Amino acid sequence: MTRPRPRPRTPESESETRNPTGGGATAMRLIVPLQGVVQGRGGLILGSLIPCALFYFFQLYLKRHRSPKPGSNPTSPSQSSSNLPDLQRSSSRSNLSSRGSIGPVQVSSRASSIARPNDSPYYIGLDRVSEDPYHRLDNPNGIIQLGLSENRLCFDLIEKWLSENTKDSVMGRDGGDLSISGIAPYQPSDGLVEFKVAMADFMSQVMGRAVSFDPSQMVLTAGATPALEILCFCLADPGNAFLVPTPYYPGFDRDMKWRTGVELIPVHCRSTDNFIISITALDQAFNQTRKRGIKVRGILISNPSNPVGNLLPRETLYNLLDFAREKNIHIVSDEIFAGSMYGSEEFVSMAEILDMEDIDKNRIHIVYGLSKDLALPGFRVGVIYSFNESVLVAAKKLTRFSSISAPTQRLLISMVSDTRFIQEYIETNKKRIREMHDLFVEGLKQLGIKCAQSCAGLYCWADMSGLISSYSEKGELELWDKLLNIAKINVTPGSACHCIEPGWFRCCFTTLSQEDVVIVIERIRKVAETCKILS
Amino acid sequence: MALSKNQQLLSKIATNDRHGENSPYFDGWKAYDKNPYHPIDNCEGVIQMGLAENQLCFDLIQKWIRRNPKASICTAEGVHEFKNIAIFQDYNGFKEFRQAVANFMGKARGGRVTYDPNRIVMSGGATGANETVMFCLANPGDAFLVPSPCYPAFDRDCGWRTGVQLIPVNCDSSNNFLITKAALEAAYERAQQDHINVKGLIIANPSNPLGTVLDRDTLRSLVSFINEKKIHLVSDEIYAASVFSTPSFVSVSEIIEEMECDRDLIHIVYSLSKDMGLPGFRVGIVYSYNDAVVNCGRKMSSFGLVSSQTQHLLASMLSDDEFVDNFLKENSKRLAKRHSMFTKGLEKVGIACLKSSAGLFVWMDLRRLLKEQTLESEMNLWRVIINEVKLNVSPGSSFHCSEPGWFRVCFANMDDDTVEVALERIRVFVEKQQVKSKRKFQNNLNLKLSCTPRRYDESVMSPHMMSPRSPLVRART
Repeated sequence: MTRPRPRPRTPESESETRNPTGGGATAMRLIVPLQGVVQGRGGLILGSLIPCALFYFFQLYLKRHRSPKPGSNPTSPSQSSSNLPDLQRSSSRSNLSSRGSIGPVQVSSRASSIARPNDSPYYIGLDRVSEDPYHRLDNPNGIIQLGLSENRLCFDLIEKWLSENTKDSVMGRDGGDLSISGIAPYQPSDGLVEFKVAMADFMSQVMGRAVSFDPSQMVLTAGATPALEILCFCLADPGNAFLVPTPYYPGFDRDMKWRTGVELIPVHCRSTDNFIISITALDQAFNQTRKRGIKVRGILISNPSNPVGNLLPRETLYNLLDFAREKNIHIVSDEIFAGSMYGSEEFVSMAEILDMEDIDKNRIHIVYGLSKDLALPGFRVGVIYSFNESVLVAAKKLTRFSSISAPTQRLLISMVSDTRFIQEYIETNKKRIREMHDLFVEGLKQLGIKCAQSCAGLYCWADMSGLISSYSEKGELELWDKLLNIAKINVTPGSACHCIEPGWFRCCFTTLSQEDVVIVIERIRKVAETCKILS
Repeated sequence: MALSKNQQLLSKIATNDRHGENSPYFDGWKAYDKNPYHPIDNCEGVIQMGLAENQLCFDLIQKWIRRNPKASICTAEGVHEFKNIAIFQDYNGFKEFRQAVANFMGKARGGRVTYDPNRIVMSGGATGANETVMFCLANPGDAFLVPSPCYPAFDRDCGWRTGVQLIPVNCDSSNNFLITKAALEAAYERAQQDHINVKGLIIANPSNPLGTVLDRDTLRSLVSFINEKKIHLVSDEIYAASVFSTPSFVSVSEIIEEMECDRDLIHIVYSLSKDMGLPGFRVGIVYSYNDAVVNCGRKMSSFGLVSSQTQHLLASMLSDDEFVDNFLKENSKRLAKRHSMFTKGLEKVGIACLKSSAGLFVWMDLRRLLKEQTLESEMNLWRVIINEVKLNVSPGSSFHCSEPGWFRVCFANMDDDTVEVALERIRVFVEKQQVKSKRKFQNNLNLKLSCTPRRYDESVMSPHMMSPRSPLVRART
């Protein structure tokens, strides 16, 4: 039984502060298991020296194998192993790294940082699929997409609703709200009042009417992506940090950090806890961050969780609230999958907890959107729901940069207010996700791959650690590579989600048909067999 | 001002003033919102002439949409496309949409230059486009030069979240507010001396609020200036197709075809909010000749993607060459007619405007109505115009104009009758002023709005009101 040790000031932790793009995460991944192993013998010293040495050699190896990069950014220890094939890039990107510094024209450092080809497997996988997408007839050997949490299961319902309600189209009637003069001119940047009313009711409905939402506490944005960024701009200054339980949605790194200059500090969760955050770990992370001189402004949670797909229990939500109050920080709760529940557990929103408590609500903010629950990511509908007047005032002003297109608002007001249709939709959606989930998870089970306990979301969190050659990030990425290039399926590896335990993969199944699932399982089987042969 | 405990939980961006909504530009909107004009329900209300919106061509768009039900995914003809569109969130945007926008942009420049659809980047309106460009080009603390008078919200759009500062380069009526290379050089030198890193120059061409277009020679000198200093040029060409007379519009895209220039320095901001009168659609475009900016901007467009439904509709509409040609022609004609009606009406009462050939407004010269050529005098006059004449016009100071007495007046967001009412009110006011100046009495108005900058009381006003509120929408409710 060891007490938690303060992290030694090693070169890795140095680079972690300097390099926000995740270099430190890799280092942590090496240190933690190693320290565990070594602690019994000369603990601290060996536990620091060995990872240091490994890290140094790893960096040396990378330097030798990487083409010269511009700028003074310390190279992030890339997750790509030497076995990864040389991924083709479009020409406009490959010239960029040289453009930024050799030419006389300087773009901003933000632009230069993004000009480097993206290291994250999350984005690499998405790119590969778009280059070689699977199609049952036209391209049966293409890559099957399991890396994008999109829901294609219920479009028929929406199309049916639209055909029955075409008079609520963009140009349905003469005059009235739906003529061009109703949608063309300037509208309030934070959304039409009618749409807010409709969304408030919709949110209440998808959350089982356990809580009601007040439209005046809502700010609408063009998607959950700007909603998160706007909240971040409102709650934190550059250099401040948010604590985020891992594994977390890879997009947070861009949405919350990129233009805001805010840091995300991972708080690792374990499979033994079914990846539910522990307050001890949160507290530890908070203290460590403070020791580094960084101010923590809040906690960012996703509930239902992405990528695990589980719910935060009521108890945990209460504890988080207490913690936030004690430390005087915010909580941002991304509840975008609240309506994509397929299990029997009860979803509890942060709003519901606050309803019962008569306490300071100023630190709680909820993010929502229609991209997952109503499967309309193209329409760009996001919600910031806050109990803090000042945040609402500031966020409203910021929506000038990200407002929802007026014709889209008009179209959705009628759809979202049709409570009978929404009820039918939610129930059918639940059923279909459940069917797909059961089929997929059963298929994986046949291959000896277990999934984490989940009841929501459009994906499952699969433990493929049995298939990886070495219990490490490297091993995980080798498997990911095999799955991408041999099995030709794109799944998201846990390391892209900052998961501390190697071998976990997020597999989204709601873009598949039942036949596709069979094909996917078969493809995984082939790779699984080769892995078993090799190990 | 001490922050309340609640506000202390917030960031600097959330609590500072760089959103600019405390300026007189927005005060006028507040006055309008409190008492909006309606021809029947409220004919004593304030007429909105402070919002540059083009409502003259709705009928053309309406007609096209009716004739092309396939373009709307919510019609029987178009619904089969629904799922492909609803699921599409690729930050590259629909190829057809980019092609259609490139096509439209080319036509707005008379076909003299063509645009590459692969350089078209989406953003949340021109507001988002300007911000995105700044994020891509400059670091916090860097600066951009901007000829003034300029659009008031540039400071917010370009600097609020980016941390970029704008340095105005003053132009005045002595040369019709033309920007000169000498003025730019002087501003640049001064910035260098103050150790400010100037990253570029941002211009609006056609100009807001002047309504003038830059001539070829001036454009050439601007391009050579930025080339020499190796700084960027951002050309906000949002009014490119809102040109109604000569001199005609010349885009920076045309200039770089004619002269030596490092193209990596050239960027255009565009939108459909003015030229097509569709600000509600939120279509902003960044067009850059710099690959790094296109790449970075693409990824940033996730923060302000155009709704796929809107992209789909516009892709059809803007690739309909017959419609576009007719629209551009008709739009110019109607703007010309409205502009002429308005300026002639002003002339009758002895009010001159800066000669302009573009935009949705005029730059009105009220210097002779000022007691003294000072800012305070201009603000006093403005209060009178809002409170007594009941017109929301925008005072020159809110555009950072160094010369007092100029006002921007928008004329394209109302029908002909309302224009007449406005002109009548102006006529009455001017005649009264002439009588007053004979009597020489002190202005001792009970000012409801004070002159000094202050925070507006947010608990009294709905924060909604700071969004532009179209008078047409209000009138129907």
